[in-house]
Amino acid sequence: MAAASAVLQSEWTKIRTVSSTVWTLASALLVTVAMSAALCALFKSTFDDLSEVEQATFDPTFASFSGMILGQLAMVVFGVLVVGTEYSSGMIRTSLAAVPQRATFLFSKIAVAGVLALVVGLATSFLSFFLGQALLGEHRTTLGADNVLRAVVGGGLYMGLIAIFSMGVATMLRSSMLSLGILVPFFFLISQILSAVPKAKEVAKYFPDQAGSKIMQVVPDAMGQEKAPYGPWGGLGIMLIWVAASLLGGYLVLKKRDA
Amino acid sequence: MIEAVGLTKRYGAKTAVYNLSFQVRPGVVTGFLGPNGSGKSTTMRMILGLDRPTAGHVTIGGHPFRQLPNAPRQVGALLDAKAVHGGRSARSHLLSLAQLAGIPAQRVDEVLGVVGLQDVAKRRSKGFSLGMGQRLGIAAALLGDPQVLLFDEPVNGLDPEGILWVRNLMKKLASEGRTVFVSSHLMSEMALTADHLIVIGRGQLLADMSVTDFISANSADFARVRTPQTEPAQREKLTAVLTEAGGQVLSEPDGALRVTGLPLPRISDLAHDADVRLWELSPHQASLEEAYMRLTQGAVDYRSTDDRLAHLQPAPHPGQPGYGMPPQQVVQDVPQQGWYAPPPPGQNPYAGAPQAPAPGPYAPPPAAPPAAAVPPSTTPQPSDTTKDAR
Repeated sequence: MAAASAVLQSEWTKIRTVSSTVWTLASALLVTVAMSAALCALFKSTFDDLSEVEQATFDPTFASFSGMILGQLAMVVFGVLVVGTEYSSGMIRTSLAAVPQRATFLFSKIAVAGVLALVVGLATSFLSFFLGQALLGEHRTTLGADNVLRAVVGGGLYMGLIAIFSMGVATMLRSSMLSLGILVPFFFLISQILSAVPKAKEVAKYFPDQAGSKIMQVVPDAMGQEKAPYGPWGGLGIMLIWVAASLLGGYLVLKKRDA
Repeated sequence: MIEAVGLTKRYGAKTAVYNLSFQVRPGVVTGFLGPNGSGKSTTMRMILGLDRPTAGHVTIGGHPFRQLPNAPRQVGALLDAKAVHGGRSARSHLLSLAQLAGIPAQRVDEVLGVVGLQDVAKRRSKGFSLGMGQRLGIAAALLGDPQVLLFDEPVNGLDPEGILWVRNLMKKLASEGRTVFVSSHLMSEMALTADHLIVIGRGQLLADMSVTDFISANSADFARVRTPQTEPAQREKLTAVLTEAGGQVLSEPDGALRVTGLPLPRISDLAHDADVRLWELSPHQASLEEAYMRLTQGAVDYRSTDDRLAHLQPAPHPGQPGYGMPPQQVVQDVPQQGWYAPPPPGQNPYAGAPQAPAPGPYAPPPAAPPAAAVPPSTTPQPSDTTKDAR
């Protein structure tokens, strides 16, 4: 029985010795921070043009996370590649020949990659927050304000969970291309579009990204958005259910199907 | 020791492996042969627990692979030389595998030295040639100093030095009492490396025996006879005499005759009596390749055919050499299939007295080639037909 600690060590070696890890995680951080900063600067300069409702419910914390809509895609790519390259290179057979215990293999891999994604996610959200607040000028908030710390930590959790969700999906689909082809349009287009369509948005509220992103809001229905039927932690809970489902699906596929 | 019992694998309607039972014993190199698509790789994957058998089971040292304690220390495998993340260096790849089994990092450098990759250890494996990939795969298999080793086509893409090295490595590993299971398409290589053979075709066991038994059970020898090329008449004369004496004569592409059914001294005597000089009279020993071809010819899924270039050439016109020439002794060509199918076992031409000229092993098959159907157009020089066509 390959010890879990040995598999964790091996997966850490695997993840740190490919350049795609650095590239995807660095772009997740840089894209989020840069785009959030740019939008915060834009909010500050055009604040007077916003409608009264929007001004009244302006959420400076959430505004400093507005780059995540793009940055999360890099997290998706990271999550997909961590698992998908095992399949595209054929390395999965070498790995499973060395670790015949499927659960140990999969969950060690996801633990290592997931912790790394969470750490980078947290760094991203704190950097985004501080840079965004600095640029917002008089509209800024502070970490000490009500619920702000929860939102900033939640932003990091959100980024990490998106990556872990992608790892589960890639394990189910066993292909990087297929997984990216489904996940990227889903998070970038389908989820965003459906959340604006009248009837569909009742369903879209329960999508992992829509539900999970509520944790980042300090003002519940900020900027004239509709009120969700769940709170910030409830939203994160819904996202966690999605993540658990994708991991379970991935595990079952890995266990049942031939490698 | 690897033991398969009733191993069966179906993919939908296609049966890749059917009711395969065999044992791979320690201390010898066991060759695993079979045509493309015969189920060799599927069997290897089932041994490693990567594919689940539809029926039957396979164990290593008495345990199913998935239940082996610390598998990398007991079983080493090379399945696919290219199964490496291209962006990772050779050393990092091996290090990640070593850590799984608690193997110290020094062992990684050690096996890199063994396979001769120490100079490129830090380079990304993306730029590796197939031969370097094979060496890396062999290094991964050796990493845990395992008692059971599986190699799927280990010499693919290796240079002659590498092939020799793999051959000696396999023998050395086996002589240390390990179980070594090697698949290969290179028969000459297998004949030199393996002691025991397991042959499958269409997923079923065809043979499980030692190499020497396999060759003697599945092949027969023939004599090659060459007459002076300057005197075609002598060739015709000898052919007639040999056929009359009960031998079967086939023409080889370079003009030599392939004779079965007559022992060498008798051929010499007949030639002497007929006043025909011989430039060559040589015994031809069957090789493992011939024995293998004979055994598996019914089980080949993907068979190549001649490229006739029918649509790329002008239509043939009459007046070819051969028309208008007197009818000649027809000599059947050696079947041009790129390989020689020896007669079935038990018809050794050198066994005892000449056999009656019953349908010999080289009698034209029922569906004879067109050349045999139209005797006048057939020339004794088989190479002529190809020359004419150009």
